[in-house]
Amino acid sequence: MLKIENLHAEIDGKAILKGLSLHVPAGEVHAIMGPNGAGKSTLAHVLGGKPGYEVMQGSVDFRGSDLFDLDPHERAGAGLFLGFQYPVEIPGVSNVQFLREALNSQRKYRGEEPLSGGDFLKLAKEKAALLKLDMEMLKRQVNVGFSGGEKKRAEMVQMGILDPAFAVLDETDSGLDIDALRVVGEGINSIMRAPDKGVLLITHYQRLLDVVKPDKVSVLADGRIVQTGGPELALRLEEEGYDALVNERLADA
Amino acid sequence: MPEAEILPTRRPSNRDEAWRYADILALERLGVTALDDWKEVAIADGETRRHCMVVGSDAPELHRIRLTLGEGSRAELFVTNKGDDYTRVEVEVTLGKGAHFEFGGVTIGGGGVTREFVTKTVHAEPNATSNQTVRSVHWDTATGNFLGEIKVARDAQKTDAAQDFKGLLLEAGASANAVPQLEIFADDVKCAHGATVGQLDEAARYYMAARGLSPQQAQRLLVQAFIGDAFVELEDEKERGRLLDAALEKLEGNI
Repeated sequence: MLKIENLHAEIDGKAILKGLSLHVPAGEVHAIMGPNGAGKSTLAHVLGGKPGYEVMQGSVDFRGSDLFDLDPHERAGAGLFLGFQYPVEIPGVSNVQFLREALNSQRKYRGEEPLSGGDFLKLAKEKAALLKLDMEMLKRQVNVGFSGGEKKRAEMVQMGILDPAFAVLDETDSGLDIDALRVVGEGINSIMRAPDKGVLLITHYQRLLDVVKPDKVSVLADGRIVQTGGPELALRLEEEGYDALVNERLADA
Repeated sequence: MPEAEILPTRRPSNRDEAWRYADILALERLGVTALDDWKEVAIADGETRRHCMVVGSDAPELHRIRLTLGEGSRAELFVTNKGDDYTRVEVEVTLGKGAHFEFGGVTIGGGGVTREFVTKTVHAEPNATSNQTVRSVHWDTATGNFLGEIKVARDAQKTDAAQDFKGLLLEAGASANAVPQLEIFADDVKCAHGATVGQLDEAARYYMAARGLSPQQAQRLLVQAFIGDAFVELEDEKERGRLLDAALEKLEGNI
């Protein structure tokens, strides 16, 4: 579903991704772990098409198309969802208006009919309930005045409403207390666990992986994937830390 | 300046404070009689009056309004200024005891056009309040101005006057000017004014794109939110919709 080959990317002339390759087939939840500064968020933003992130080499195939041929909003239309580590506040724009326009813009891109106001509200209520987010919050301005945890839950409500084929979730667990972590984790399972969907789950910690059980875990260090394994790899990292494993791998390379 | 020689002395020039950013040549096309055309409105004690207008066309326009507010009265004026030629709305308000003046204005557009609001708010008596909010959205080499003068007379204690201006420039080359002018002779008053000029929030645009909104849609939503501030105090939803739509229509197809 997502095939990243030998990806090199820079920000302000500084190389961050240095030959990253990764395949995530449909039906798979693939966790990416790694130390600070390894390039995890850069990977997310390169996939999202953030301005200023320059791809120097390599390719990304998304559902059979070249991802880099698509503008950021077209990537969303093609089924890619990027969960932000720091969701952005948009004063003066309500969640309901924002998400309805976003959903209908995606539907239009895919040649589907727009959703009516009534049907949209029904969908929004259902997804808000799933993430235990008060529907009243969706009537408020996008992320304005939301706590860190509320922003992350709102991200998952957005994901539920937009129903993407593939989600790249950038540290969706940061800023969440234990209860909220469980709610968000279960939300990810309920929205994205399907044979025709895929998830790239970027995280620092094992605790989200206790809820969203990944099929595979990869370690990202110095702009490359240095090891890929099953869920047991995350447990080993939790015990031993990144240093031991990364040093061992880089020494081999 | 050559036009100063052509114009009779009673005509304004850019040297006059209230005409500093005005398009004097466009004014000349409009003709000198337009300057005498003041719309005079007196609002009786305790009365409330609201007026909403969309101004601007493909010729210069000058709208001059003189308001006199009786004791405890309230005047609300909301304007979308979207001309394709020089368009100036000028308001002179004199507030009686305990009166309130509410002004919300939007200038929007491109081309090499100047669109402006010029207000002179005279707090002549105690306990009156005024609130003015102007938002300017421009592109190409267009200019949006808000020149707001507030005068508080010696007896006008407990005056509460506020002015807020924000400019949003969508392209390099566009400009916005804010000139707050305060003249206060009373000692127990509140006068607040603020002015900022900026660009569209890049982080918000990327976030919106990541959710599937095209650059045009994202811009429209952000501009809508930005100019919405000017009409927050307008309670008539239909009128608010009319003023907003007129402004957003200007945006369509121009970017």
